[in-house]
Amino acid sequence: MERKKEVLKGLTNFGAGLYDQMDEGVFPWIKMPSRSIENILYSPEVRQYILGDKTVRRSSRNIRHIRPLTQLVWAAYFAKELAKHRKTSTLRDVYYSAQAYNVPFKDQPESNNIITDLETVSGFAREDFNVFPEERSAVFGDLTIEYTVPGYEGRQLNLTSHPDGVLIGPALTSSEFAETTADKVIAIEKGGLFTRFIEELVHKKFNAILVLTAGQAPRATRHFLHRLNKELSLPVHIFTDGDPWGMHIAMVIISGSANAAHLRELTTPDAKWGGVWATDIVDYKLPSDRLTEVDIKRLYELQKDTRYGGELWQREVKTFLKIKKKAEQEAFSRYGLTYIVDEYLPAKLEEADN
Amino acid sequence: MVTFQEISPADFFYRNRDIAGFTNPTRAIFSSVRELTENALDASDLTDILPEIYIRLSNEGESGREADIYRLRVMDNGSGIPARHVPSAFGQVLFGSKYKLKQTRGTFGLGGTMAILYGQITTHKPANVASSTGTSKIYEYKLVIDIQRNRPIIVDRKIHVNKDRWHGTVVEFCLEGDYIRAMPKILEYLKQTAVVNPYANIAFADPKGRLYKFTRVTTKMPPPPKETLPHPYGVDVETLQRLIRITKCRNMLDFMRTHFHRVGESISLSSLKFIGFIRTKDPKTLKPEEVTRLVQTMQSFREFPNEVDVETLQRLIRITKCRNMLDFMRTHFPKVSESVSLRLLQSAGFIRTKDPRKLKPDEIVRLVRMMKRFKGFLPPDASCLSPLGEELLEAGILKELNPEYIVVHQRKPFTYSGHPFIVETAIAYGGNVPKKGDFALYRFANRIPLLYDETSDVSWRIIKSINWRRYRVTPDMPIAILVHLCSTKIPYKTVGKEFIADRPEVKREILNGLREVARQLQRFLSKREHVEKARRRFATISKYLPKIAEYSTELAGKEEPPDIEKLLKSVEKFEEN
Repeated sequence: MERKKEVLKGLTNFGAGLYDQMDEGVFPWIKMPSRSIENILYSPEVRQYILGDKTVRRSSRNIRHIRPLTQLVWAAYFAKELAKHRKTSTLRDVYYSAQAYNVPFKDQPESNNIITDLETVSGFAREDFNVFPEERSAVFGDLTIEYTVPGYEGRQLNLTSHPDGVLIGPALTSSEFAETTADKVIAIEKGGLFTRFIEELVHKKFNAILVLTAGQAPRATRHFLHRLNKELSLPVHIFTDGDPWGMHIAMVIISGSANAAHLRELTTPDAKWGGVWATDIVDYKLPSDRLTEVDIKRLYELQKDTRYGGELWQREVKTFLKIKKKAEQEAFSRYGLTYIVDEYLPAKLEEADN
Repeated sequence: MVTFQEISPADFFYRNRDIAGFTNPTRAIFSSVRELTENALDASDLTDILPEIYIRLSNEGESGREADIYRLRVMDNGSGIPARHVPSAFGQVLFGSKYKLKQTRGTFGLGGTMAILYGQITTHKPANVASSTGTSKIYEYKLVIDIQRNRPIIVDRKIHVNKDRWHGTVVEFCLEGDYIRAMPKILEYLKQTAVVNPYANIAFADPKGRLYKFTRVTTKMPPPPKETLPHPYGVDVETLQRLIRITKCRNMLDFMRTHFHRVGESISLSSLKFIGFIRTKDPKTLKPEEVTRLVQTMQSFREFPNEVDVETLQRLIRITKCRNMLDFMRTHFPKVSESVSLRLLQSAGFIRTKDPRKLKPDEIVRLVRMMKRFKGFLPPDASCLSPLGEELLEAGILKELNPEYIVVHQRKPFTYSGHPFIVETAIAYGGNVPKKGDFALYRFANRIPLLYDETSDVSWRIIKSINWRRYRVTPDMPIAILVHLCSTKIPYKTVGKEFIADRPEVKREILNGLREVARQLQRFLSKREHVEKARRRFATISKYLPKIAEYSTELAGKEEPPDIEKLLKSVEKFEEN
């Protein structure tokens, strides 16, 4: 709840700054870090992308600035209203709500961009303002949480209570962690495998909390993984498809994306990518498809990416390029439905511990 | 067998009426209206009378060849034509009062008679002309043209009593034409005529019974042009021979001064010296009294700087090697310029030039050629021209186009091949200026609108060569460009007087004139844009700033919104600048 107060205070200060400027007869203006490409740097200390020293100034004197500035002030106002009334919203919702206040956005990207401005200027993620994306990721495992959302305050839930897993939505994101017996987290890219793991009792056999990223992990999910790692000191293992795209899903959970350079607490730098590696395709003789031209182009891009500097990453990129093959997580089914749980997973987890 | 025969000028134009603008029934009716209207305006300009021109065109029935018969009547209140000249003025091709060196609309003495000639060959009816110069009589003639002999035949002649001392001319005749097709051009012609004649009242009653009135907005007329002498640069061998034939001058010095434009004694001397037509005595042959006369002249000549006496001069004459007085002056008085020496010697009577009547043919050719090479002639003055002037031009454009913005510009007089000319330019923006995806070009020559063959005209080509984007101008703007060229000789390309040829000097003046008005337009447009921008800025800021105030008040948790009135005022003030 401390965080909520901080968010509210931040928004109040933002408004007060502008108010005082106008009171002193000055056209209100703001300054915030620039999010242009040349101001996004990778920081080895923080182990994620951060914004550099360049700032942008937006003044209501400037005819091209006053509209986005107005939209930004409105967005801050709207966020404060959400927080005050403990309501949640989505990006789509924000876009439509603006029309009711007569500060319309011309399209969804413009509205999204203003929300990102609000994150940049305030230093809080939009989830802190109760603005969430559409949900599709889930969590399953022995973790008891305590809700803080209105009407559920103090109520607890064990995340094994539903066999499909629990949606990582606004309520779960804002909940407190009560207790857990798990000693690790396994993040899985695909829904099919997530269900298989629950059926095969992976959470029990490996004492793990299972998280479904459903493709590229949404920011709420990345933040949730961050909290599991930081607050509960649980190591995080990531399992994706064996192709450049799966590899990058793991990387974004670990090191974050350039788009979120203005935000913290979305990354889990100590998380480990467990597979499927290119070397796994060779070692396990997995059924595979040929890499497409797009795949290969992407691999060359990743090879040059600062986040891929590590030995493991370079080795896997090179191997992909050498064997020119890719494999999905489901490829293990050629050895039987439980092979992945019985053989592959333990081997991989062990490898990660060494 | 080949036969040879002579044809009269009337016969020539009868056979070649295309070149005078009588190609077909449409063009013919347009040209007739135009020629007679121009004659009417010229008649008024000459006498400084505010023109009242009445044009009536009535349908007289079908002619049976995809054209109708029309009766055209044009009446003016101009100077009128002396009775004895009326038959020839309207019944003889190439007879006129305009073969002089001054600006007039007509130049060939052709148009009015061509119209009547065309009417005669298409309808077989005589023309009616009534005129008075304000005397007690009005003379009315019924005429036909004897085309083969180029002579008028007077069918009937009446003399009316002129109680009111009316002056002016009425011309009435029938012709075959196609008014329906010609109508747009005729109306456009009259409208443009009204633009450059804002002091004229012009009324036109058309065959459909409609009356178009172009009313004067000013009683000021441009000063009438003065007749002028030919400029040395514009003279050819034929002109020179004609002058020699009539001259009363007995030496070239007087000849130059008498017959040429802006040639005085000094220029006459130095040009003849340049041409090599000056002879002076051998100093050795000077008689004592001639030496005394020279010394006296030197002493009394203000521009002669040296102290001199008879003795000194005699000593110089003794030692000099010069064989003529000019060389003598140059050698022994090097500080004295040639121009001063020439005048001094002329004043002392030591200069001899030929008798112009005794020039040999090769000398005449040499004279013409050398005159063109001599750099010392003054440019012709513009008193023989009658430009409209910026004020009248503006009045005319305002009257017919009612534009949002107008700029007019008159260039200084200039010459091409010895013919003086003045270029006037204007740009009108907005208002009733048509928006047709390209500039509307209004071309005028000696106050005549030029309507045909626009793309062949020098102005058109200049406009196309200008980079208009530099002036913030695009063709989709409602812009009318006006070019008026005044000259004693308009460089037309055809007898039809429809478009002007490219003469480098004329082209440069038009270009510079257009650049000047374009610059002014640019200033207007950018100022307007500036104001527009400030207005938009104010609108935008007044729309958003109150919202910023409202939401930041809510965010800050304040009761009262901040005072933004001053901020808004500061933006509004900016707009008025």
